[in-house]
Amino acid sequence: MNSVTTEQQPWRFDLAFFPAIIALSFFAGLFEAARSPDPRMVMQGWTFAAAMLAIGIWYLVRYGARVPEDEKGGYANDVVKAGVIASMFWGIAGMLVGVIIALQLSFPNLFYFPDLPWTNFGRMRPLHTSAVIFAFGGNVLIATSFYVVQRTSKARLFGGSMPWFVFWGYNVFILLAGTGYLEGITESREYAEPEWYADIWLTLVWVCYLITFLGTIIKRKEPHIYVANWFYLSFIVTIAMLHIVNNLSLPVSIWETKSFSLFSGVQDALTQWWYGHNAVGFFLTAGFLGIMYYFIPKRVERPIYSYRLSIVHFWSLIFIYIWAGPHHLLFTALPEWTQTLGMTFSIILWMPSWGGMINGLMTLSGAWDKLRTDPVVRMLVVSVAFYGMSTFEGPVMSIKTVNALSHYTNWTIGHVHSGALGWVGYVSFGALYCLVPWLWKKQRLYSLALVEWHFWISTLGIVLYITSMWVAGIMQGLMWRAYNDFGFLEYSFVETVQAMHPYYIIRALGGLLYLTGVLIMAYNLWRTVRSAPQLSATAEPQLAMEPVS
Amino acid sequence: MKHEILEKNSILLLIGILLVVAIGGAVEIAPLFWVNGTVEKVDGMRPYTPLELEGRNIYVREGCYVCHSQMIRSLRDEVERYGHYSLAAESMYDHPFQWGSERTGPDLARVGGKYSDEWQRAHLEDPRSVVPESVMPPYKYLALTPLDYRDIEQELKTNKAVGVPYTDDEIKNAKADLEAQADPNSDGADAVQKRYPKAQVRDFDGNPKEITEADALIAYLQMLGTLVDFKTYHADAPENRR
Repeated sequence: MNSVTTEQQPWRFDLAFFPAIIALSFFAGLFEAARSPDPRMVMQGWTFAAAMLAIGIWYLVRYGARVPEDEKGGYANDVVKAGVIASMFWGIAGMLVGVIIALQLSFPNLFYFPDLPWTNFGRMRPLHTSAVIFAFGGNVLIATSFYVVQRTSKARLFGGSMPWFVFWGYNVFILLAGTGYLEGITESREYAEPEWYADIWLTLVWVCYLITFLGTIIKRKEPHIYVANWFYLSFIVTIAMLHIVNNLSLPVSIWETKSFSLFSGVQDALTQWWYGHNAVGFFLTAGFLGIMYYFIPKRVERPIYSYRLSIVHFWSLIFIYIWAGPHHLLFTALPEWTQTLGMTFSIILWMPSWGGMINGLMTLSGAWDKLRTDPVVRMLVVSVAFYGMSTFEGPVMSIKTVNALSHYTNWTIGHVHSGALGWVGYVSFGALYCLVPWLWKKQRLYSLALVEWHFWISTLGIVLYITSMWVAGIMQGLMWRAYNDFGFLEYSFVETVQAMHPYYIIRALGGLLYLTGVLIMAYNLWRTVRSAPQLSATAEPQLAMEPVS
Repeated sequence: MKHEILEKNSILLLIGILLVVAIGGAVEIAPLFWVNGTVEKVDGMRPYTPLELEGRNIYVREGCYVCHSQMIRSLRDEVERYGHYSLAAESMYDHPFQWGSERTGPDLARVGGKYSDEWQRAHLEDPRSVVPESVMPPYKYLALTPLDYRDIEQELKTNKAVGVPYTDDEIKNAKADLEAQADPNSDGADAVQKRYPKAQVRDFDGNPKEITEADALIAYLQMLGTLVDFKTYHADAPENRR
């Protein structure tokens, strides 16, 4: 211990365990980089080792000489702040990549670079999807869940520095995945592209996430576990199950990035879409419903509309979602009975989904005027409305006759984005607009007018995006199946590609507007942190001081 | 039952969630591994040749599955546009599957033999030189990059370990077969076709000096959908009823 400091820090298990893990990982990265004959693995090894070195230094600086202020009792806020910052960074990065790949499909002659393989659509598209879903969405979920579980349990986060390991470890996973995609490292499983070693690392991090979250609930000082935490818990546990099963694969060797899936063909396809659809169901729905159940009641200062409805829709939602995967594989070589089962459950899923929507919307009972006066509330409410819309559209698209038209077309892209931009995006923005003043102890946001601008610009962006993709998708589906008077197919495939051109441009414009909104948001949040008036010290109820264990 | 019990006990809540979310997958996925007829009985399916397998790795690496499906649905217009609807048997050696989810470009399940090698080369180098309306990225560098196949033997072994029936003979000759398939004048050309029926042996990239990534990718594209003998396949046969 440093003799200059007056306070003596007791020995802490987490401050031995996590630095040891980080040191081991650092050497594992170096070892891969030194030994692997695979140039791509060498790159990944260096990247990983450098990240571990950085985190190791960070640990030293934070814990080396003193107990950080943030860890002397009360709630852990620093790690939530870090999550907010990471969310904004990855949000902007992921959406920017989205705009670029939309432009590539609009103007292939301008936005493809024949000598730069890593800029091609096939490598950038997984970068976009992973960056917005896992990097942006994941950091929002980690940050908000850490914030919410502490307040609703009246307990500090469990595990000492473990939440920090979760935060850093998760972002290292994102870094490995993202740089890997650009180098062409992929398992080609949509939304689960990272290779075996990144999957193992994520599993380790995710187990720590579960322990942190569950540990905090266990030491709660409230008799009941709050409804938001049911959703967060189901998200964490189910994602663990999906991630492990879907990524079962055998590496060519421990020195190679390449691995081959344990399953093949039809079994592999259903495993992947069981994962893929429930990445939507549990990552993008259950997790963000957790956000809805905390931030909407808190912001409008009204209790949740119906306790009974939250119980019914929680259990039915998580039970039914798992079955819906086969609707991604209708009319394929998947056995008929599985297809029918998948379609049936997808239609039933409409009900629990709308249960959540109703519970979120009706929480505004008696406070509807806030829709007009508070743009943050409007953002949260519109997100729930988009949730309702896309969870109605989903069941419709899973009906076989509709799916025969919609599958493989841009309609699917439009559907995903009405959920992603409208629901996930807006509920996240709403939560972040709430969190930043709360965390940095500010009286208010820097500017509500800028929130208005953000809201209207990005709403226009969403409208352009989804309407253009609806038209494009339905047109595509109809052109593929059109017959002429002689009984021949009316259009060659490339004519349908050509027909997409104007809609691709409108879509890119929509994405650009949405990104613009997020940039306005980032500016607003930054100014809030820098210059909004400070809250008096006692304004937020705090935990009583507890000894650092 | 009182929900309060779950609300007040985090471990019970955790177990409850796990049970509820495990059911759907168990009922839908597990039977696919043992129900007869999930994968049809067909003639002609064989594991990929080493060169095709390397081509497939490049297909995966470049994210081709992002825009191209390999799954012809059992719908009239698809069968007329692309050929016989895809069978589960046709991807039984695919680790992982490449069915895709989106058709920004056309389905490729039966693209094998539809275009010449020369067309494929020109199209990969600059898609808009042969299809002006195309939005596909250019893959000029494939023909300029030597194929990295140092671990091909190990790749076959790994595939065998996950269930692809490669023989010891095929694994032992992996490297030789790979090189021979790209060189019609080599001594090993006959052996490739013997080990892998219907294997196409030629210099796919038009550059006899070296084996490039374009060799492998075109070899893969040219074999897609060409293996199953549909003359002997009967969808109504009892073993294929699903």
